[in-house]
Amino acid sequence: MSLEEYKGVFIFAQQVDNVITPVALELLGKAKELASNLETKEVTAVLIGYQVEGLVDRLARYGADRVIVVDDPALKDYRTEPYTQALTAVIKEFKPEILLVGATAIGRDLGPRVSSRIHTGLTADCTKLDIGDFPLNNPTKFNLLLMTRPAFGGNTIATIACPDFRPQMATVRPGVMQKITPIEGAKAEVIKFDAGIIENDKYTQILEIIKEKKSVADISAAKILVSGGRGVGSPENFKILEDLAEVIGGTVSCSRAVVDSGWKPKDLQVGQTGQTVRPQIYFAIGISGAIQHVAGMEESDLIIAINKDENAPIFDVADIGIVGDLNKVVPALTKKIAADLAAKTQA
Amino acid sequence: MKVVVCVKQVPDTKGGVKFKPDGTLDRAAMLAIMNPDDKAGLEAALRLKDEYGAEVTVVTMGLPKAEAVLREAFAMGADKGILVTDRVLGGADTWATSSTIAGALRNLDYDLIITGRQAIDGDTAQVGPQISEHLGIPVISYAEDLKIEGDSVIVKRQFEDRYHIVKAKMPCLVTALSELNEPRYMTPGGIFDAFEKEITVWGRADLKDVEDSNLGLKGSPTQIAKASDKVAKGKGTVYTPDSDEEGAEIVFGILKDKHFI
Repeated sequence: MSLEEYKGVFIFAQQVDNVITPVALELLGKAKELASNLETKEVTAVLIGYQVEGLVDRLARYGADRVIVVDDPALKDYRTEPYTQALTAVIKEFKPEILLVGATAIGRDLGPRVSSRIHTGLTADCTKLDIGDFPLNNPTKFNLLLMTRPAFGGNTIATIACPDFRPQMATVRPGVMQKITPIEGAKAEVIKFDAGIIENDKYTQILEIIKEKKSVADISAAKILVSGGRGVGSPENFKILEDLAEVIGGTVSCSRAVVDSGWKPKDLQVGQTGQTVRPQIYFAIGISGAIQHVAGMEESDLIIAINKDENAPIFDVADIGIVGDLNKVVPALTKKIAADLAAKTQA
Repeated sequence: MKVVVCVKQVPDTKGGVKFKPDGTLDRAAMLAIMNPDDKAGLEAALRLKDEYGAEVTVVTMGLPKAEAVLREAFAMGADKGILVTDRVLGGADTWATSSTIAGALRNLDYDLIITGRQAIDGDTAQVGPQISEHLGIPVISYAEDLKIEGDSVIVKRQFEDRYHIVKAKMPCLVTALSELNEPRYMTPGGIFDAFEKEITVWGRADLKDVEDSNLGLKGSPTQIAKASDKVAKGKGTVYTPDSDEEGAEIVFGILKDKHFI
């Protein structure tokens, strides 16, 4: 493979039910920034689906200079094989230097399958992407994609390069990269590409689509936990935590005192006798921070504690502590996030 | 019916994480367990054994000490265990790992291959789909439920906001979520059997249709530029705002800065 033939930053513009998944717009923002450090400044979005051409302008507003559209009835709902055929064909034809894919349930299935078919490297769940040289000391390869990701349960951070294969592929964790401010009236060059989608024995059949959020809250898998303690005051008052969880996409959990009082089921208990959790954000609301509780949550990436008692031990482990009345601070926060979301949806 | 389950011995990430000088993980220095998603995959296979008399073969790749997860699988009820181990396979990324495992699986008869969705050490979720691609069979990732119907498997496949009920003709590969089931415990009889049973050990020479250039550190397209322990957290900041509104504003600002909203 002649590496020089591969040019430009491409992103997989995931859509579901003809709606662009937000991470695709975040990837465009990052792609633009990466491309500004490379010879080829053009950013290309690869849009795969059925009757999806109407989404092109939205991609253009968020930074796509060019959109390659693969449109086929077989691509209506996500299935691994036809999407792999589509994306692989685009890579072979257009030879991107870099290909970014959102680390969604779709992207984390499609990415590995495509990288294997192409024979290139793929770095999963990146939280940081830069252009740089490799190896870091005495570099011999220049302007590579340096992909940084947490690993080993978040205990470590690794920066990874793919020096000898193209495209350099990464899946990128949703919510980390920044969208650009949309450019009104922006237009992208549109290329309709026939990827030669042909049904083969690797095809699966979708019998049914069930749209629902997961029914049982699994607090150990939650990315954001809104956890309440005795300070919440009553089972009814957990409503304010549920409201916050709703707007921020989190799950409600609790301390042992809450379970012992019969306010919440044991499944939701964090701590030594409950579950050990390690979310990206842990809200400790009205939780004093007994050592047994802290043992179950101290590894969380970001701990935000709200408590009226400034001497509560929870403030010793919190990254951010707010001394205040949870009954006022929490609803005020919920309101701000909701307003922010509403503003974004309009954009 | 023949079911192959791929399992990985992983460091228990609750303990410390250690590195070798080349930046790759020093697995020998850490406590080891069977990866949780893989265990759910094994349980799913054992249920097929209970229901249909499926033969369950467990395959693992790793250091010789990874035989411990095969013993555990025997104690739970697995029929056969294969350990793929060879010095030349070390330092593999997901491409080289999946090439290796596919090379081992080509020696076996299978209707269904089950892997865990992802391992708790790497968290990539890549090896399962990559194995399926090397073998040229369909994959269904993120299985939350699984049943057999004639020559097909029907899987409840999880997405963020929905499920697909997906049917694939066997042979195929399914990646299992921990939500799939509650793995059974080892039985006393099983534990006894576990140490009687023979483990098959395969090295490089036993891998079928794989080039040397696709194995180990040398066969890995991705290379580690830098790896480091996460910096220990210092004490955070405690604010005593003048008003509750200001308190909410501080938290909002931080969530915004960190791109959570």
